[in-house]
Amino acid sequence: MNTKTKTNKASVIDNLDAVRAMIQRHKRNDILFASIGLLAIMFGLLTLLVLFLDLVMDGYPRFNLQFFSDFPSRRAGSAGLLSAWVGSLLVMFVTFLTAVPIGVSAGLYLEEYAPKNWFSDLIEINVSNLAGVPSIIYGLLALGLFVYGLGLGQSILTAGLTLGLLILPIIIVSTRESIRAIPVAIREAAYAVGATKWQVVRDHVVKYSQGGILTGVIIGMSRALGETAPIITIGALTFIAFLPPSPITTTAPYLNFEWLSSSFTVLPIQMFNWLSRPDHEFHINAAATGAIIIVVTLLMNGTAIWLRYKIRKNIKW
Amino acid sequence: MSVANNVRKNPTDIKVSPRLAKNLKRHFKERVIEFILMMAALSAVFTTFAIVAILLYESFGFFETVSLVEFFTGTQWTPLFEDAHYGIMPLVAGTLTTSFVALAVAIPIGTIAAIYLSEFASHKAREIVKPILELLVGVPTIVFGYFALLLVTPLLQKIYPDLPSFNMLSAGIVMGVMIIPYIASVAEDAMRAVPMSMREGSYAMGATRFQTALKVVTPAAISGIVAAYILAISRAVGETMVVAVAAGQQPNLTFDPTEGAATITAFIVQVALGDLPHASIGYQSIFAAGLVLFVLTLTFNILGHIVRKKYREQY
Repeated sequence: MNTKTKTNKASVIDNLDAVRAMIQRHKRNDILFASIGLLAIMFGLLTLLVLFLDLVMDGYPRFNLQFFSDFPSRRAGSAGLLSAWVGSLLVMFVTFLTAVPIGVSAGLYLEEYAPKNWFSDLIEINVSNLAGVPSIIYGLLALGLFVYGLGLGQSILTAGLTLGLLILPIIIVSTRESIRAIPVAIREAAYAVGATKWQVVRDHVVKYSQGGILTGVIIGMSRALGETAPIITIGALTFIAFLPPSPITTTAPYLNFEWLSSSFTVLPIQMFNWLSRPDHEFHINAAATGAIIIVVTLLMNGTAIWLRYKIRKNIKW
Repeated sequence: MSVANNVRKNPTDIKVSPRLAKNLKRHFKERVIEFILMMAALSAVFTTFAIVAILLYESFGFFETVSLVEFFTGTQWTPLFEDAHYGIMPLVAGTLTTSFVALAVAIPIGTIAAIYLSEFASHKAREIVKPILELLVGVPTIVFGYFALLLVTPLLQKIYPDLPSFNMLSAGIVMGVMIIPYIASVAEDAMRAVPMSMREGSYAMGATRFQTALKVVTPAAISGIVAAYILAISRAVGETMVVAVAAGQQPNLTFDPTEGAATITAFIVQVALGDLPHASIGYQSIFAAGLVLFVLTLTFNILGHIVRKKYREQY
């Protein structure tokens, strides 16, 4: 009897030790995993930092005004980005004019007008499908449709339209998300004082979702700025030592649309071109261009994220 | 009777109150606006149909010269050579190998990062890290191509001196790094969606954070996590610039990542850089390759959506 309780007591103490050891082990696992997790996160963040610093250091010799005001050249040292940044600017302008009106209108239709039926479902499925199509497929679409089908050639217009189609899903989705955040009560109040649907949409829905739409537009435009594959696919030339005709002229009618059909190059294409040459001198140019592209896209994305954060904080319905 | 006739002949003669006339005009305007907005929304449908139509139309011309059997079973892809062979297998092999390397890097690191962010990190840390992940997703891929060719390949060559300067290993690794933020961000969203009460139940039973994360939260969010993986595969398969710059442009039927090989996307870039005459077989071959790529990514995208929708646990 006495011995039995003794052994019980001993086994309980043994068990207690085992349990303590187990708790210790599990706590250790917790800490271990937390450090591994932190490492995984840091890996991602440090990679960006290393990449950026590498580009800046490699491209450092080219960071001067001349790099922006020179045309590409056969000699790496005197080659510049002039035609590339002007081309990027003009292409982005066309992209903006196509994608923003169509994207915002489509978002408005899907959220405010579309009835619940197979037709609206079809549109929605297409939008989410398009968001997952690889960008190079858009390039093939543009090659078959814009370049040869419609005869637009390898022009700024073709590139702008292609990138416009590419970022359309981004703009549609962000428009819809920001519209969805507006409470129904706002719309009902407007209807109650006799507004028509369009008046409600124009004066209230669009107005309150402006910030969210702007976020999507910025993210879309920064994506368009960095896209390389679709523009290569339409067959854009990589050696352009001239500028497209100026859109603004000094004589009447002051506007000139010849630039739309001009051939062009853009920043990422110029970078790809320099990168694919074996000569190391050209790699310095590529690094400098990469650093510029990264700074511009990160600034744009950063602005968009900051904007969204601000909107989320400020608006309390 | 005569009044009705009059109305039909000359509708402008009807006397309506200015108020009603304004209403009619308003109604008409509303309809026109709705129609315009609908056409904008239809542009998405139009784009999809245009993509499918162009790919099918040009591929049709291609398959008039090349048999489907040769296309899918041939082991050589040399459409631009004198002695042309049209077997897509080498390109598919290159695509699968680079994607596999990318996922081998991105899935473990991305998942661990997601678990850490969702279950371990403080609210403040998450608020800082999440936007940075989004920033990383926005870095243009051509920049990662530079990274692969001029930073990672030389590093790898110090470990494997035999590594060629164009190889699928470095392209795959960099592509993986590129996809990490995507997986981390999507998987974290899925884990955040698991209700707090489930975690609290687990903690109340004495489980640690790690046990809760591994045995409660991850199984509950598994559909979202797997969907993130599948969508990541689709991204890796469709990725162009990194492989075009760093993996080489020689079609090569191999699954060995230390060799160089062209992927489907790299082949399209290579052909587009040259000056191919319209409607030639070389020109059509990029559309046939594009069709294969489109079908591949579409399959993964649909699969991802099905997994997310169908197997989502409802709480």
